[in-house]
Amino acid sequence: MIDPQVLERHGLKPDEYERVVQFMGREPNLTELGIFSVMWSEHCSYKSSRVHLKTLPTEGPQVLQGPGENAGAVDIGGGLAAVFKIESHNHPSFIEPYQGAATGVGGIIRDIFTMGARPIALLNSLRFGDLDAPGTRRLLEGVVAGIAGYGNSIGIPTVGGEIVFEPEYAGNPLVNVFCLGIAKQSDIVKGVASGVGNAVYYVGAKTGRDGIHGATMASAEFDDRSAEKRPAVQVGDPFMEKLLLEACLEVMQTDALIGIQDMGAAGLTCSTTEMGSRGGAGVEIDVSLVPQRETGMTPYEIMLSESQERMLLVAKQGREAEVERIFEKWDLHASRIGHVTNDGMLRVKDRGVVVAEIPNRALTDEAPVYRRPMSEPEYLRQAQQLDLDTLGPAKDPNAALLSLLGSPTIASKKWIYRQYDHMVRTNTINLPGLGAGVVRIKGTDRALAMSVDGNGRYCYLDPYRGAMLAVAEAARNVACSGARPLAATNCLNFGNPERPGIMWQFARAVEGIGAACRALDVPITGGNVSLYNETDGKAIYPTPTIGVVGLLEHADRVVSRRFQESGDAILMLGEGRGELGASEYLKVVHHLVRGVPPALDLAAERALQTLLVTLAEDRLVRSAHDCSDGGLAVTIAECAFDTVGIGAEVSLEGVDVSRQSGVNVAAALFGESATRVIVSAVPEQVTAVLRHAAAAGVPARVIGQTGGSRLRIAVAGAIVIDQSVDEAERVWSTAIDKHFVQRVA
Amino acid sequence: MKFGIVVFPGSNCDEDAFHAAKDVFGQEAEYLWHKDADLKGADVVILPGGFAHGDYLRTGAMARFSPIMAPVRAFAERGGPVLGICNGFQILLEAGLLPGAMLRNKGLKYRCEHVHLRVEQTDTPFTSAASVGQVLTIPIGHGEGNYFAPPDMVERLEANRQVILRYTDRQGRVDEASSPNGSVNAIAALCNEARNVVGMMPHPERACEALLGGVDGRVIFDSIVATFRGAERPALHAVGRSV
Repeated sequence: MIDPQVLERHGLKPDEYERVVQFMGREPNLTELGIFSVMWSEHCSYKSSRVHLKTLPTEGPQVLQGPGENAGAVDIGGGLAAVFKIESHNHPSFIEPYQGAATGVGGIIRDIFTMGARPIALLNSLRFGDLDAPGTRRLLEGVVAGIAGYGNSIGIPTVGGEIVFEPEYAGNPLVNVFCLGIAKQSDIVKGVASGVGNAVYYVGAKTGRDGIHGATMASAEFDDRSAEKRPAVQVGDPFMEKLLLEACLEVMQTDALIGIQDMGAAGLTCSTTEMGSRGGAGVEIDVSLVPQRETGMTPYEIMLSESQERMLLVAKQGREAEVERIFEKWDLHASRIGHVTNDGMLRVKDRGVVVAEIPNRALTDEAPVYRRPMSEPEYLRQAQQLDLDTLGPAKDPNAALLSLLGSPTIASKKWIYRQYDHMVRTNTINLPGLGAGVVRIKGTDRALAMSVDGNGRYCYLDPYRGAMLAVAEAARNVACSGARPLAATNCLNFGNPERPGIMWQFARAVEGIGAACRALDVPITGGNVSLYNETDGKAIYPTPTIGVVGLLEHADRVVSRRFQESGDAILMLGEGRGELGASEYLKVVHHLVRGVPPALDLAAERALQTLLVTLAEDRLVRSAHDCSDGGLAVTIAECAFDTVGIGAEVSLEGVDVSRQSGVNVAAALFGESATRVIVSAVPEQVTAVLRHAAAAGVPARVIGQTGGSRLRIAVAGAIVIDQSVDEAERVWSTAIDKHFVQRVA
Repeated sequence: MKFGIVVFPGSNCDEDAFHAAKDVFGQEAEYLWHKDADLKGADVVILPGGFAHGDYLRTGAMARFSPIMAPVRAFAERGGPVLGICNGFQILLEAGLLPGAMLRNKGLKYRCEHVHLRVEQTDTPFTSAASVGQVLTIPIGHGEGNYFAPPDMVERLEANRQVILRYTDRQGRVDEASSPNGSVNAIAALCNEARNVVGMMPHPERACEALLGGVDGRVIFDSIVATFRGAERPALHAVGRSV
């Protein structure tokens, strides 16, 4: 019977249930209630976020497929498309880090090959609590092993990503995974069901009781009983997915398919409903025909299971044998579980008896949409106040630099990316840790660059500006590699939207993303929203992560962060404005999370990015590295790392050093002013670089040269940093490793 | 010459080996499905990297039962050149075409990175274009590359000069820190007694193009192409029999 307890277990509010009854014209049975509960969950329906997401720019001549399909697609020339998306798997990864992360990777890969694209690259964006905090290492090890276990086995390289450690994520880590694939534009497949009588096939792993109500779980906060939710986390099987991937791509070559969709969140329910809805049709299935791993499963369980590695597809009439034969080749059995109808209903039978019957529209278009109340959170005004004069005397810049290089957020992530196969498929031309991930496109001269970025601390202190800065940084990283940014995908990780302060953060962040994407011409082609990222009522930093994809016309002109040779000129493109607010420096050295994030002039940002692409195309720069976390000094140090010790001699002029505290020196060295890039060029080409910069309206000047074995930085004529490259690199490269005692087998 | 590249379900470096053979070295190449019963006239067989059958039981443990392995074994016994890369090496061990076994890496973690390798022997079809002592930089990507064999077997391998490549530092010196996986005697590649079957954990196909950051893997492909060009097939078989 459907009583308040049943409703609560299903995460449905009483007024939402009223709406269900209205649509149905009767009380739903339990199976139907289960179907409504997952389709109307925040995770599937985007009910809190939809009104805001609608404001994002999603169009442009380069966009072949915007939001609404399994993934977005952009034109990359030569009749090819890049298909990509980012998704979160935060809640499952906290409950069971290995499987949570692994199935996150599996899910995003399915979204890509479902579109008819061969997945060729993965990225991830991770957030954990302090590395010293209890539990963090276990979570980090589990998540990294899960990503590696899945990606390595299936053979898709993880070519980059980012990881941030902040105490705010201790109780709710973030695992956002991005996948990119390549398809012929003419081969792009959609997730539609149409053509009355066409067969609906189920293929892949058998259905078990794992993951029932995963979507509902992902739409609730955590508390100390969260571990009890472990059965709601699914178990991944990358080998099964590899078979599915190869078989599905082979089937798609035959033109015998109408549409295909993976069974991700809300499993069979979501795939049948969405495919029918997109095709303006209905889908009728019989759950007794669904391959089952366990005995005695009810229709409710079968419809709600989130067992992994399963696909739903609709074949053209008369072509069924062809489809079945290809799956047999891969030892997969395609089961015919139903057919397409023209009545717009999701009809579920069990041995011929109807057990659920719901109009698709009620589950999709008519799902609740909320304009939740919003208000600026109380902490904000106070937290934005920053008086540099109260900081006291600045720490010795040499010591501050080493502290920053040893901060796990800035330090080398080699311990992590070494566990990912980042070279399989032999396309990776910018390895992890060198900037944006770059993969060449075989059979062409081109390459694709991709980067995911986000700064939760910035967004906590100003969600609008923080979100703009995330878009700008991801696009800038792509441009630094020499690629022209094309489009973006976003993963919006926030707390409980029923709190006005959180909803305000969300709305402001979406506005910021929209503004930046419009100005930089990187439309959003899809993504994912993850709300209720809270534990015991404490929300994470608002964390939009942005993935940007760009195109390099000539793969062999790719640029990395590393200095290439001694004696090259070091130039700064853009200008430092001595902004210390919200910086890693304040956090690491002064233990302060205060102030406002750096200002961002979107027109200047666009000009800088265009300039970077030109400089790479004309082979005028030999390295390029974005100034972000840790500011200029950290950026220059990073340019020197992994180069077999090419140092740098840099001099910064025009800094007012009259303040006794030395805070202006710190701001010049470690401030995170946006829209700045450090490039190196052979001396003969400096004039050309400066000329191009002037033409683009980008401030540019020579600030030093590469060479020697030390990092030396002078501010207003006085040397303030003088550090051996080897020593600095040792601190940077061991900061994460040292937390993990290597066990010897 | 024609490369035959075996595709097991779960192979994931098959396309990379194919690309190297065909697009980089301009040779004929054909995929051999694991259920196939013949080698389609291949002159050299590559068992590529990946996770054949998911490697859930033990790496390579299932793949050795695939139908294609019977003709591969017969080809190897006739002296035909067979190269197992990474998972392919693991499969050769399970199939008994090479001696020994693989354990998990000493750090218990998968490792993907460039390593330095010293060439130990050049009288195999896959190292003939290299010189003894030459140091190659080639990527690895594996979780189970910790080669193990009992001491008497290792002694025999060394006495027979069956160790082809060893993990070293940049200068070609063997030391513990330079071994990514803890292999006994820093063994990175082996050949059989007849020297025509070679297994190696590093991925030469990942280091054949300057764009990918290194070309030291080319010597492996150059060797087999030169071996084939220098000797007609019967002669090649004779090499196999004479050792």
